[in-house]
Amino acid sequence: MNKLLVVAAVAALLAGCASTPKDEPKAAVEDRTPTVTVPATPGVSTVTPVAPKPGQLPNALKDPNNILSKRSLFYDYDKYDVKDEYKPLLQAHARYLTQNRNAKMLIQGNCDERGSREYNIALGQKRSDGVKKMLLLMGAQESQIESVSLGEEKPRCTDSTEACYSQNRRSDMLYGGEY
Amino acid sequence: MRLVCRSIFLLLALVCTGARAQLSIEITGGGANQIPIGVLRFVGEDALPQSISDIVEADLQRSGRFRMLYAGNVAPLPSEAGQVDFGDWKIRNADALVIGSVVRLADSRFEARFRLFDVPKQTQIGGVAFTLNAQQVRTTAHRIADMVYEKLTGDRGVFSTRIAYVVKQGTRYELQIADADGAGAQTALASREPIMSPAWSPDGTRLAYVSFENKKPVVYVHSLVSGQRQAVANFKGSNSAPAWSADGKQLAVVLSKDGGSQIYLIGADGSNPRRITSSASIDTEPFFAPDGQSIYFTSDRGGSPQIYRMSASGGEPARVTFDGSYNVSPRISGDGKTLIYIARDGGRFQLRSLDLASRQGQTLTDGQHDESPSFAPNGKMILYATQTGNRGSLAAVSSDGRVKQRLSVQAADVREPAWGPFFNN
Repeated sequence: MNKLLVVAAVAALLAGCASTPKDEPKAAVEDRTPTVTVPATPGVSTVTPVAPKPGQLPNALKDPNNILSKRSLFYDYDKYDVKDEYKPLLQAHARYLTQNRNAKMLIQGNCDERGSREYNIALGQKRSDGVKKMLLLMGAQESQIESVSLGEEKPRCTDSTEACYSQNRRSDMLYGGEY
Repeated sequence: MRLVCRSIFLLLALVCTGARAQLSIEITGGGANQIPIGVLRFVGEDALPQSISDIVEADLQRSGRFRMLYAGNVAPLPSEAGQVDFGDWKIRNADALVIGSVVRLADSRFEARFRLFDVPKQTQIGGVAFTLNAQQVRTTAHRIADMVYEKLTGDRGVFSTRIAYVVKQGTRYELQIADADGAGAQTALASREPIMSPAWSPDGTRLAYVSFENKKPVVYVHSLVSGQRQAVANFKGSNSAPAWSADGKQLAVVLSKDGGSQIYLIGADGSNPRRITSSASIDTEPFFAPDGQSIYFTSDRGGSPQIYRMSASGGEPARVTFDGSYNVSPRISGDGKTLIYIARDGGRFQLRSLDLASRQGQTLTDGQHDESPSFAPNGKMILYATQTGNRGSLAAVSSDGRVKQRLSVQAADVREPAWGPFFNN
């Protein structure tokens, strides 16, 4: 009973001090309409990647028995130096580019999935730049080659194992018509 | 009769749990000094397609700074101060109480009003009336939660902000934008090639990001108002890592056009590129300090990737991180005081924070592949990408490391989160 009285007293007290918009000269409740700065339905853009222009690749670049059909270089973890074993491969491609001044090449550097995506873009760029630099030293021309990075975004192999990672630490050489 | 009451209580408890599970956010850990608060159902809110009070309650709980008190057994529900039984809420140890009401207006819109009370003092400390339509329930609830949060913690709430992230499903990539609680996701861009590094313009109307739709990384700026997008850095070589200047007029980007990955400033429309680093090393991941005067970035000029700071106009960089052999992805809190970054420690990649004044460091996460951190605009939470099983997912941690959340958006690979700015009005 006492408790009830206390509650009633408190309630009465509260009713006395309570501020309602109607009672108060200054409204205790502001009026606002929620606004959204970004529209509820932003336009969706769908992009279709550029398809490679179908070109007739010379057989020398496709023949599995020709060294020119080999296009990939692999790297150790966090490394971007071209290993000695790839020198003959790069010499063959440099010779091809020297003899075919209209030929164009895109070098894509790739990384395994470990670490920052953006740092891996830079690391993949180091790899492709390294390949480009060697090809230029061996006689190819600047205008023939673009070196870019795909970072860790286009893995050839998707398991989280060293066997897979070593496949993804890679530079690929693509000729015009293949990209 | 008592049995009936208990059954109703259980039923209500189940309903409440069910409503929260829809948000797909799992919270572990709790902050220190949580504020005990009751959020009552708003009188008349059944007229709305969603419960405002459920969303307010879920927002406050997710922040980790409140202890939600059971509020399902109050009848009749108060909508005015005079109807609140403060004695009862004192017994429940509540510090604060939220009540509200919803009425249908003549024009098919609604008026929702809420009141926030300091229970020990038995005084109203906040209250606002909103006019809304049926589609604005979530927006309104987030605004109410923001006001409650700010009144009680002194920090600005981030419940009305948005996040951007990339979803990969098979060979399809989507840049999506959702409310800060992961709800209401919408796709801004869909592509068959990777999308990465979304960055919000300071006014929240544009996103800069990197898209591989041309078989190499190109930086785009995408208007969320018009849906229009523009390639702003598409030079020979790679173009990546966009970061906005505080005034939204410039971007720092990483270009390899002159050999190596180096940092450049360009206009937000792609105009006037000028190089600001000149090293033979990797310089990437620029991030503007909030005062716009300096840029933090990652460089391997010292032999391993570390974080450096330089003047935004160029000049000699100073090294910021020294511990460990791999410290990347710097971001600075809105007050400029805290650096967060990803550190490799024994093959694990984890989020660390560094108080720039005291040089006190702290590891905030315990994942294997945590990456792409992003501060909430109030600096209290950090959103980042992690891995669950073999799949990417998003997680958030409070800046003191105490509160952890996992956001599982749907059955897909989710990565590259970016927390948007406050929206002003």
